[in-house]
Amino acid sequence: MDHFSFSRWWAIVLKEFLQLKRDRVTFAMIVGLPIIQLLLFGYAINSDPKHLPTAVVISEQSEFTRSYLAAMKMSGYFEFVAELPNEQAARAALAQGKVQFVVNFPTDFTRKLLRGERPALLIEVDATDPMAASAAIASVRELTASVAKKDFKGVLASLGSGAPPFDVRVHKLYNPEGLTQHNIVPGLMGVILTMTMVMMTGLAITRERERGTMENLLSMPGKPIEVITGKIVPYVFIGLIQITIILLAARYLFEVPFVGSVAVLYVVALFFIAANLMVGITLSSIAKNQLQAVQLTIFYFMPSILISGFMFPFQGMPQWAQAIGSMIPATYFMRAVRGILLKGNSWVELWPSIWPMLMFMVVVMTFAVITYRKTLD
Amino acid sequence: MNSQSEDDPAIDVRGLNKHFGDKHVVNDLSLRANRGEILGFLGPNGSGKTTSIRMMCGLLTPDSGSGICLGYDIRRESEQIKRRVGYMTQRFSFWEDLTIRENLDFVARMYKMASRREAVDQVLEGLNLTARSTQLAGSLSGGWKQRLALAACMLHKPELLLLDEPTAGVDPKARREFWEELYALAARGISILVSTHYMDEAERCHKLAYIAYGKLMARGTAQEIIDSQGLTTWAVTGRDLPAIAAKLRGEPGVEQIAAFGSALHVTSRDATALDAALRHAMIGTSWHIEPAQTGLEDVFIHLMNTSSDNYGAR
Repeated sequence: MDHFSFSRWWAIVLKEFLQLKRDRVTFAMIVGLPIIQLLLFGYAINSDPKHLPTAVVISEQSEFTRSYLAAMKMSGYFEFVAELPNEQAARAALAQGKVQFVVNFPTDFTRKLLRGERPALLIEVDATDPMAASAAIASVRELTASVAKKDFKGVLASLGSGAPPFDVRVHKLYNPEGLTQHNIVPGLMGVILTMTMVMMTGLAITRERERGTMENLLSMPGKPIEVITGKIVPYVFIGLIQITIILLAARYLFEVPFVGSVAVLYVVALFFIAANLMVGITLSSIAKNQLQAVQLTIFYFMPSILISGFMFPFQGMPQWAQAIGSMIPATYFMRAVRGILLKGNSWVELWPSIWPMLMFMVVVMTFAVITYRKTLD
Repeated sequence: MNSQSEDDPAIDVRGLNKHFGDKHVVNDLSLRANRGEILGFLGPNGSGKTTSIRMMCGLLTPDSGSGICLGYDIRRESEQIKRRVGYMTQRFSFWEDLTIRENLDFVARMYKMASRREAVDQVLEGLNLTARSTQLAGSLSGGWKQRLALAACMLHKPELLLLDEPTAGVDPKARREFWEELYALAARGISILVSTHYMDEAERCHKLAYIAYGKLMARGTAQEIIDSQGLTTWAVTGRDLPAIAAKLRGEPGVEQIAAFGSALHVTSRDATALDAALRHAMIGTSWHIEPAQTGLEDVFIHLMNTSSDNYGAR
């Protein structure tokens, strides 16, 4: 009878530790992933976003308007970033995602207020992401009551008592019912494409290297550009199939509105797919084997979910997190997809989301071509 | 060799150097192979054979040195070289998840062959694999994989074959058939550079080049290499061979002792000293000694022992 041998068991434990020590990428994952997650969840992600960009459309300044805006600012939810000339400009700013809120004081607002005509103050909200807007909208109601109480004293006390002497109309645009899936499902397109495109190209090239077939491929008269582009074309098709599946589900299962053009969406998606394939190729020239390619993909994937505005409001994150998020193509792609489907964005409004993707693609492609080993050295 | 092939060698490289990190893998290698010749490329493991072959076919760029392969510059014209060279990698490097036909078809397309289908059919016929052409390459046995690999790298009718240990792990019958094929190719004027560890294969080559630790140690025909080292070998037979070996080891004049079946081959550069050492050691024993032919293996082990190991202790 051979019993459990402690020395044999210990031999295996030692061997595992030695191998773990040599595998730098796994080691980096063990240490790096928890740190990144802690930092992102602990500091970057905020489900009660504050300091949301807000614009004002105002034709006249009065003590009351100043006081109301000051109260909005005091609430912490609104950050005034622009003063816009008219309603048209306001809609454009909302469509482009430059601002989340527009506070619109109609002409003669103050005069009507003083006459007791109960004028209406309009707050327009980009409600694409219900989570980003809801707390701020709730704060508006509270704030209105308190401003009314504070400002209308003395001769105006009659205005301050009872119901507020003005109306606040909150106009939720793009996702008026505040349905989460209208925001999540289009965003999911970015997540799914990032994951599959980066990982599959990463694997496709490291697989050749791991199995030794790369040497054979390189000894044949193919040019690097033929090899790289030839290898990624099938994945472009896979990406387009995935988009189609998600779009069908969005339309018929989740009833996401399709305000904009689906054709435009496919074109934008091609840019995004191309950018991700370049990332995959670059990772594959860093990774030594298929396992490392998968691990590196996870590293790249995480910020693409957490700080791209997919799960948590982008505007609610601190500046440094927004800066990192602004370097990830998924951030722009999700903005573009939501812009097309929910807001009906056209090329003009999409351009601010498209050029960063193209720039990212060019930078990564340059890096990929430099690092791609045409020769084995 | 006629003068034409002397002027137009298949391979002519001079002063090739390659470093990987701080390892000097190929050290000032100069090598020449004539057309229509089988050049055996020998050397211990890690001696830089594979790296040298990769530099010759343009897969690796040498750190320094120059050379031509089939009349093309190995640094600048690797595309031209790749089109005319068939390179068989040390490890089976065709796609195991493709069928035999799909593999051949892919290779034919990469070389832009005009009559692709016919060429593939011909190869399958020649290999006797027509019936199994839809089988996955990964399911073939070692010998069949090697035949498929040779057929695939011959598909585009190259002028030069670079074969990196093509017969490692292949049984003797398959090896013999493989060599018959190589002779047939050489007879058709195809130049072949083949690296190997097998002595019987080395003896089959027209010319040999021996490298150790990245340096070319000897070249010529098998006989020329044997003669050039001026070694004397005695075969010692007796009852307790390990004891004899232990006694002889370290004796002045004894450089190398190797067991060959029931005899010990004792080799030295200094015939007189070896003679004296053997006579001295034999006193009072029942050993039997007789002069033996110095073989290629004796010479190679001698070369290996005398070459300096520039990697330090391994």
